[in-house]
Amino acid sequence: MIGLDIAFWILAVVGVMAALAVVLLGDVFRAALSLVLCFLAVAGIYITLSADFLAAVQILIYVGAISVLIILAIMLTREVQRGSPANKLRIPAFIVAILFFGGVAYALLNTTWQVSATPPLEPTTPAIAGLLFSEGGFILPVEIAPILLLAAIIGAIVLVREK
Amino acid sequence: MVGLEHYLILSAVLFSIGLYGALAKRNAIIILMSIELMLNAVNIAMVAFSRYIVPLLLTGQVFAIFVMVVAAAEVAVGLAIIISIYRHRETIDATKIDLMKW
Repeated sequence: MIGLDIAFWILAVVGVMAALAVVLLGDVFRAALSLVLCFLAVAGIYITLSADFLAAVQILIYVGAISVLIILAIMLTREVQRGSPANKLRIPAFIVAILFFGGVAYALLNTTWQVSATPPLEPTTPAIAGLLFSEGGFILPVEIAPILLLAAIIGAIVLVREK
Repeated sequence: MVGLEHYLILSAVLFSIGLYGALAKRNAIIILMSIELMLNAVNIAMVAFSRYIVPLLLTGQVFAIFVMVVAAAEVAVGLAIIISIYRHRETIDATKIDLMKW
Protein backbone atom coordinates (compact mmCIF):
# COMPACT_ATOMS: atom_id res chain seq x y z
CA MET A 1 0.00 0.00 0.00
CA ILE A 2 2.88 2.40 0.75
CA GLY A 3 4.13 1.89 -2.80
CA LEU A 4 0.68 2.81 -4.12
CA ASP A 5 0.74 6.01 -2.07
CA ILE A 6 4.16 7.01 -3.39
CA ALA A 7 3.01 6.25 -6.94
CA PHE A 8 -0.11 8.37 -6.43
CA TRP A 9 1.84 11.38 -5.17
CA ILE A 10 4.41 11.20 -7.97
CA LEU A 11 1.73 10.82 -10.63
CA ALA A 12 -0.43 13.56 -9.12
CA VAL A 13 2.47 16.05 -9.01
CA VAL A 14 3.57 15.17 -12.56
CA GLY A 15 0.00 15.40 -13.86
CA VAL A 16 -0.73 18.76 -12.23
CA MET A 17 2.62 20.20 -13.37
CA ALA A 18 1.97 19.02 -16.94
CA ALA A 19 -1.56 20.46 -16.85
CA LEU A 20 -0.20 23.80 -15.61
CA ALA A 21 2.36 23.71 -18.42
CA VAL A 22 -0.48 23.19 -20.94
CA VAL A 23 -2.18 26.44 -19.94
CA LEU A 24 0.91 28.50 -19.02
CA LEU A 25 3.52 27.68 -21.70
CA GLY A 26 3.80 30.18 -24.51
CA ASP A 27 4.69 27.64 -27.15
CA VAL A 28 1.68 25.73 -28.53
CA PHE A 29 3.71 22.69 -29.57
CA ARG A 30 5.30 22.33 -26.12
CA ALA A 31 1.85 22.71 -24.57
CA ALA A 32 0.67 19.78 -26.70
CA LEU A 33 3.64 17.68 -25.56
CA SER A 34 2.92 18.44 -21.90
CA LEU A 35 -0.70 17.46 -22.57
CA VAL A 36 0.65 14.04 -23.63
CA LEU A 37 2.60 13.83 -20.36
CA CYS A 38 -0.56 14.74 -18.44
CA PHE A 39 -2.52 11.98 -20.24
CA LEU A 40 0.22 9.48 -19.31
CA ALA A 41 0.05 10.57 -15.66
CA VAL A 42 -3.73 10.11 -15.72
CA ALA A 43 -3.22 6.59 -17.11
CA GLY A 44 -0.92 5.90 -14.16
CA ILE A 45 -3.57 7.26 -11.79
CA TYR A 46 -6.02 4.75 -13.29
CA ILE A 47 -3.54 1.96 -12.53
CA THR A 48 -3.31 3.08 -8.90
CA LEU A 49 -7.13 2.90 -8.86
CA SER A 50 -6.80 -0.70 -10.16
CA ALA A 51 -8.59 0.19 -13.41
CA ASP A 52 -6.22 -1.71 -15.70
CA PHE A 53 -8.44 -1.81 -18.80
CA LEU A 54 -9.15 1.91 -18.53
CA ALA A 55 -5.43 2.69 -18.26
CA ALA A 56 -4.78 0.78 -21.49
CA VAL A 57 -7.68 2.53 -23.22
CA GLN A 58 -6.41 5.90 -21.95
CA ILE A 59 -2.98 5.28 -23.46
CA LEU A 60 -4.42 3.98 -26.74
CA ILE A 61 -7.01 6.71 -27.29
CA TYR A 62 -5.58 9.80 -25.59
CA VAL A 63 -1.81 9.32 -25.87
CA GLY A 64 -2.05 7.47 -29.17
CA ALA A 65 -4.84 9.08 -31.14
CA ILE A 66 -6.06 12.37 -29.69
CA SER A 67 -2.61 13.87 -29.07
CA VAL A 68 -1.50 12.96 -32.59
CA LEU A 69 -4.64 14.65 -33.94
CA ILE A 70 -3.94 17.78 -31.86
CA ILE A 71 -0.30 17.96 -32.98
CA LEU A 72 -1.42 17.50 -36.60
CA ALA A 73 -3.88 20.37 -36.22
CA ILE A 74 -1.15 22.58 -34.71
CA MET A 75 1.08 21.82 -37.69
CA LEU A 76 -1.72 22.53 -40.18
CA THR A 77 -2.73 25.84 -38.65
CA ARG A 78 0.84 27.21 -38.31
CA GLU A 79 0.07 29.14 -35.15
CA VAL A 80 3.28 27.85 -33.57
CA GLN A 81 5.17 31.08 -34.18
CA ARG A 82 2.42 33.25 -32.75
CA GLY A 83 2.41 31.38 -29.43
CA SER A 84 -0.51 31.00 -27.08
CA PRO A 85 -1.35 34.39 -25.57
CA ALA A 86 -4.07 34.92 -22.99
CA ASN A 87 -7.09 37.06 -23.82
CA LYS A 88 -8.19 40.05 -21.75
CA LEU A 89 -10.27 37.81 -19.47
CA ARG A 90 -7.18 36.28 -17.84
CA ILE A 91 -7.71 37.66 -14.31
CA PRO A 92 -11.49 36.94 -14.20
CA ALA A 93 -10.86 33.45 -15.57
CA PHE A 94 -8.26 32.85 -12.85
CA ILE A 95 -10.70 34.04 -10.19
CA VAL A 96 -13.47 31.83 -11.61
CA ALA A 97 -11.16 28.80 -11.61
CA ILE A 98 -10.03 29.46 -8.01
CA LEU A 99 -13.61 29.98 -6.85
CA PHE A 100 -14.70 26.79 -8.60
CA PHE A 101 -11.88 24.83 -7.00
CA GLY A 102 -12.64 26.30 -3.57
CA GLY A 103 -16.31 25.43 -3.86
CA VAL A 104 -15.68 21.88 -5.03
CA ALA A 105 -12.97 21.26 -2.42
CA TYR A 106 -15.16 22.65 0.35
CA ALA A 107 -18.10 20.48 -0.73
CA LEU A 108 -16.16 17.24 -1.06
CA LEU A 109 -14.15 17.65 2.13
CA ASN A 110 -17.35 18.27 4.12
CA THR A 111 -19.16 15.23 2.74
CA THR A 112 -18.92 11.90 4.53
CA TRP A 113 -18.39 9.39 1.74
CA GLN A 114 -19.60 5.86 2.30
CA VAL A 115 -16.28 4.28 1.44
CA SER A 116 -16.54 0.54 1.00
CA ALA A 117 -13.84 -1.64 2.54
CA THR A 118 -14.16 -4.29 -0.16
CA PRO A 119 -10.96 -4.75 -2.19
CA PRO A 120 -11.40 -3.74 -5.84
CA LEU A 121 -12.09 -6.19 -8.63
CA GLU A 122 -9.03 -7.36 -10.56
CA PRO A 123 -8.70 -7.85 -13.51
CA THR A 124 -11.50 -5.53 -14.60
CA THR A 125 -11.70 -6.40 -18.31
CA PRO A 126 -14.12 -9.40 -18.08
CA ALA A 127 -16.38 -7.50 -15.67
CA ILE A 128 -16.47 -4.42 -17.93
CA ALA A 129 -17.22 -6.60 -20.97
CA GLY A 130 -20.07 -8.22 -19.05
CA LEU A 131 -21.45 -4.82 -18.07
CA LEU A 132 -21.16 -3.40 -21.58
CA PHE A 133 -22.59 -6.28 -23.58
CA SER A 134 -24.93 -8.15 -21.25
CA GLU A 135 -28.68 -7.77 -21.46
CA GLY A 136 -29.21 -5.77 -18.28
CA GLY A 137 -26.09 -3.67 -18.87
CA PHE A 138 -25.19 -0.80 -21.15
CA ILE A 139 -25.92 -2.42 -24.51
CA LEU A 140 -28.04 0.50 -25.80
CA PRO A 141 -25.34 3.15 -25.21
CA VAL A 142 -22.83 0.75 -26.77
CA GLU A 143 -25.05 0.64 -29.87
CA ILE A 144 -25.45 4.42 -29.93
CA ALA A 145 -21.70 5.16 -29.49
CA PRO A 146 -20.70 3.88 -32.99
CA ILE A 147 -23.45 6.01 -34.55
CA LEU A 148 -21.98 9.05 -32.78
CA LEU A 149 -18.48 8.10 -33.94
CA LEU A 150 -19.69 7.58 -37.53
CA ALA A 151 -21.42 10.97 -37.49
CA ALA A 152 -18.24 12.57 -36.11
CA ILE A 153 -16.08 10.94 -38.81
CA ILE A 154 -18.41 12.03 -41.63
CA GLY A 155 -18.72 15.50 -40.13
CA ALA A 156 -14.95 15.89 -39.83
CA ILE A 157 -14.42 14.74 -43.44
CA VAL A 158 -17.10 17.12 -44.76
CA LEU A 159 -15.68 20.04 -42.76
CA VAL A 160 -12.07 19.74 -43.91
CA ARG A 161 -12.72 18.67 -47.52
CA GLU A 162 -11.49 21.02 -50.23
CA LYS A 163 -14.34 22.51 -52.20
CA MET B 1 -2.81 6.69 3.27
CA VAL B 2 -4.26 7.89 0.00
CA GLY B 3 -8.05 7.82 -0.03
CA LEU B 4 -11.02 8.94 -2.06
CA GLU B 5 -10.59 12.60 -1.09
CA HIS B 6 -7.07 12.73 -2.54
CA TYR B 7 -8.28 11.55 -5.92
CA LEU B 8 -11.22 13.96 -5.86
CA ILE B 9 -8.96 16.90 -4.96
CA LEU B 10 -6.59 15.94 -7.78
CA SER B 11 -9.58 15.79 -10.13
CA ALA B 12 -10.78 19.21 -8.96
CA VAL B 13 -7.29 20.70 -9.45
CA LEU B 14 -7.05 19.34 -13.01
CA PHE B 15 -10.59 20.54 -13.79
CA SER B 16 -9.84 24.04 -12.49
CA ILE B 17 -6.66 24.25 -14.58
CA GLY B 18 -8.66 23.16 -17.62
CA LEU B 19 -11.38 25.69 -16.81
CA TYR B 20 -8.84 28.50 -16.57
CA GLY B 21 -7.29 27.47 -19.89
CA ALA B 22 -10.65 27.21 -21.65
CA LEU B 23 -11.71 30.67 -20.44
CA ALA B 24 -8.44 32.60 -20.72
CA LYS B 25 -6.72 31.37 -23.87
CA ARG B 26 -6.97 32.85 -27.35
CA ASN B 27 -5.65 29.94 -29.40
CA ALA B 28 -8.60 27.67 -30.28
CA ILE B 29 -6.42 24.54 -30.16
CA ILE B 30 -5.29 25.37 -26.61
CA ILE B 31 -8.95 25.81 -25.66
CA LEU B 32 -9.69 22.34 -27.06
CA MET B 33 -6.73 20.91 -25.13
CA SER B 34 -8.07 22.50 -21.95
CA ILE B 35 -11.44 20.86 -22.57
CA GLU B 36 -9.63 17.51 -22.88
CA LEU B 37 -7.98 18.21 -19.50
CA MET B 38 -11.41 18.82 -17.96
CA LEU B 39 -12.78 15.57 -19.41
CA ASN B 40 -9.79 13.68 -17.99
CA ALA B 41 -10.40 15.24 -14.58
CA VAL B 42 -14.02 14.10 -14.62
CA ASN B 43 -12.88 10.60 -15.62
CA ILE B 44 -10.50 10.46 -12.63
CA ALA B 45 -13.37 11.43 -10.31
CA MET B 46 -15.67 8.77 -11.76
CA VAL B 47 -13.07 6.00 -11.58
CA ALA B 48 -12.22 7.02 -8.00
CA PHE B 49 -15.90 6.86 -7.01
CA SER B 50 -16.18 3.50 -8.71
CA ARG B 51 -13.10 2.19 -6.88
CA TYR B 52 -13.95 3.44 -3.39
CA ILE B 53 -17.76 3.48 -3.15
CA VAL B 54 -18.89 0.51 -5.29
CA PRO B 55 -15.69 -1.53 -5.87
CA LEU B 56 -17.49 -4.50 -7.44
CA LEU B 57 -19.95 -2.73 -9.76
CA LEU B 58 -17.52 -0.85 -12.08
CA THR B 59 -20.27 1.50 -13.28
CA GLY B 60 -17.95 4.51 -13.02
CA GLN B 61 -15.41 2.84 -15.28
CA VAL B 62 -18.08 2.16 -17.91
CA PHE B 63 -19.13 5.83 -17.73
CA ALA B 64 -15.48 6.82 -18.17
CA ILE B 65 -15.33 4.70 -21.34
CA PHE B 66 -18.36 6.53 -22.74
CA VAL B 67 -16.78 9.88 -21.83
CA MET B 68 -13.71 8.81 -23.82
CA VAL B 69 -15.89 7.93 -26.83
CA VAL B 70 -17.56 11.33 -26.73
CA ALA B 71 -14.19 13.05 -26.22
CA ALA B 72 -12.76 11.33 -29.29
CA ALA B 73 -15.75 12.41 -31.40
CA GLU B 74 -15.57 15.94 -29.99
CA VAL B 75 -11.86 16.38 -30.67
CA ALA B 76 -12.23 15.10 -34.26
CA VAL B 77 -15.08 17.48 -35.08
CA GLY B 78 -13.53 20.35 -33.12
CA LEU B 79 -10.18 20.14 -34.89
CA ALA B 80 -11.96 19.83 -38.25
CA ILE B 81 -13.87 23.04 -37.47
CA ILE B 82 -10.63 24.78 -36.40
CA ILE B 83 -8.84 23.75 -39.62
CA SER B 84 -11.83 24.87 -41.68
CA ILE B 85 -11.90 28.26 -39.92
CA TYR B 86 -8.15 28.63 -40.45
CA ARG B 87 -8.60 28.01 -44.16
CA HIS B 88 -11.26 30.70 -44.50
CA ARG B 89 -9.96 33.37 -42.11
CA GLU B 90 -6.20 32.68 -41.75
CA THR B 91 -6.45 32.75 -37.94
CA ILE B 92 -7.58 30.56 -35.07
CA ASP B 93 -7.55 33.36 -32.50
CA ALA B 94 -10.80 32.81 -30.61
CA THR B 95 -11.20 36.54 -29.96
CA LYS B 96 -11.16 37.27 -33.71
CA ILE B 97 -13.65 34.55 -34.67
CA ASP B 98 -16.63 36.69 -33.71
CA LEU B 99 -18.88 36.56 -36.78
CA MET B 100 -21.83 35.28 -34.73
CA LYS B 101 -21.24 37.66 -31.81
CA TRP B 102 -23.78 40.46 -31.45
